[in-house]
Amino acid sequence: METAVLGLTIFVLALFAGFEVITRVPPTLHTPLMSGANAISGITLVGALLAAGSERDWLLSTLGFVAVVFATINVVGGFLVTHRMLAMFRQRPTREP
Amino acid sequence: MSAALINLGYLGASALFMMGLKGLAHPRTAVRGNLLGSLGMMVAVTLTLLDRRILGFQTIAIALLIGSVIGATLALKIEMTAMPQMVALLNGLGGGASVLVAGAGLLESKDASVATLSHFTAAAVASGVIGAVTFWGSLVAFAKLQALVTENAIRFPGQYAINAGLAIAAGGLGLWLLLTPEPHAAYWLVVAVSSMLGLLLVLPVGGADMPVVIAFLNSCSGLAAAATGFVLNNNVLIIAGSLVGASGFILTQIMCRAMNRSLVDVMVGSGPPATKDRAAEDLYAGRVKAGSPEDVALLFETARRVVIVPGFGMAVSQAQHSVSHLAELLLSRGIEVEFAIHPVAGRMPGHMNVLLAEANVPYELLKDLDESNPTFEQTDVALVIGANDVVNPLARTDPTSPLAGMPILDVDKARTVVVIKRSLSPGFAGIPNPLFAADKTIVLFGDGRAMVQAVLKVLREG
Repeated sequence: METAVLGLTIFVLALFAGFEVITRVPPTLHTPLMSGANAISGITLVGALLAAGSERDWLLSTLGFVAVVFATINVVGGFLVTHRMLAMFRQRPTREP
Repeated sequence: MSAALINLGYLGASALFMMGLKGLAHPRTAVRGNLLGSLGMMVAVTLTLLDRRILGFQTIAIALLIGSVIGATLALKIEMTAMPQMVALLNGLGGGASVLVAGAGLLESKDASVATLSHFTAAAVASGVIGAVTFWGSLVAFAKLQALVTENAIRFPGQYAINAGLAIAAGGLGLWLLLTPEPHAAYWLVVAVSSMLGLLLVLPVGGADMPVVIAFLNSCSGLAAAATGFVLNNNVLIIAGSLVGASGFILTQIMCRAMNRSLVDVMVGSGPPATKDRAAEDLYAGRVKAGSPEDVALLFETARRVVIVPGFGMAVSQAQHSVSHLAELLLSRGIEVEFAIHPVAGRMPGHMNVLLAEANVPYELLKDLDESNPTFEQTDVALVIGANDVVNPLARTDPTSPLAGMPILDVDKARTVVVIKRSLSPGFAGIPNPLFAADKTIVLFGDGRAMVQAVLKVLREG
């Protein structure tokens, strides 16, 4: 039970931190913020790796395998596509406000 | 490596994620933010690979390779016009991974007897429900955006009852899961029911509501990861997941406000009813002035200030490059040019900005709703290309209209309005637009890109 309360504490605090950190996002950044945040949510990859590498039984390994593939597409695709988008925004010859 | 050290490393990764997200929300720091986020991910993954619980690396290596190749190929090859689909797909994969990992966690716990801990199973249920809804909901969104299924709202009788039933079933099964000593099979039942729910929730959502749904699914993909964090008792998942949940929620709110509708309205599809076109015929009859590219070029030649209002139609006809050339040409003739972008123009948050950036439109020419609205009165020509509901003055003037109260771009206050449209078919909301029949409006009937190019041609030759 104690670990659950601790986890819940962290969860709620991180939610608050999230709301505080992300304020007044300019519309131009809406899409990159989404794809970048999405890549971060690919953190499930950590859990997927543990399942895929546990070598306990085939079902576990299979679940882990598919999860690693999904999460890696999420992570690699998300960060890369965000970078590509931001590079387009950055290549302005003119100064930013 | 000891668990304490690994956890310390995870703390570092969490800090990097937080700095990364903060950076992503500001123009000057966005690139760095994204890099910090990916650095955090690298740290987290490397540390996990050092974990003693990992016994074999073969499966991992193959899966990482496959995922990286697919991810990188998608990210580098995708057309900017297809970005909404891409974002939808990535959201879905995140949710799907959470479902699988929570299932694996449950399976692993079978002999470890932690499954008797109810918070552990409860977290697995949350992960299964949210993840499955995210996965299937995103796949439906993807299919709609990719035009694999109709983009229109798909509705059938009893839809809400069925959705409510599925939600209750998922909840009930989840409860049972908490009590049964053998939760594994029940978990997949919860996942199956939630998958149906995800499908049915997004099917009734029409194209113009997509920005809300995509932002919402983005938030869900984060929350699913956080729930999985509870299953694995892993703080970095909880922190990263809730950060993403919060950021997606903020975007969802921004989108809802820009449509003056609640998330519930959008999700249960209680959208504006498609009114029949009687009203449209009355409104438009004999009053719509069709123009030629020459007429429009003439307007531009005498204008001092032009505002371009893009909508989803610009994306459909791939007109962004032609529009960019037009803006360049007008600017080079000393005409003031700006773009007015409604928050929900297009199919995802920021859709128009991405397209125009790709077409090399300078960042500072893109203005949002609050910046552009006060300037329309000083605008000689407002060029509306592929936008409809977001410029419908009924939102301001007719309190009985389904659009009433939605913040719109006050295009009708410009001196003249040029509308490029394929036909007079109503916008997504199914409501005729009096702007098209106004005295100051000229309508150029045709494909967006072809029409802009025709105007460009006249301007260059004239």
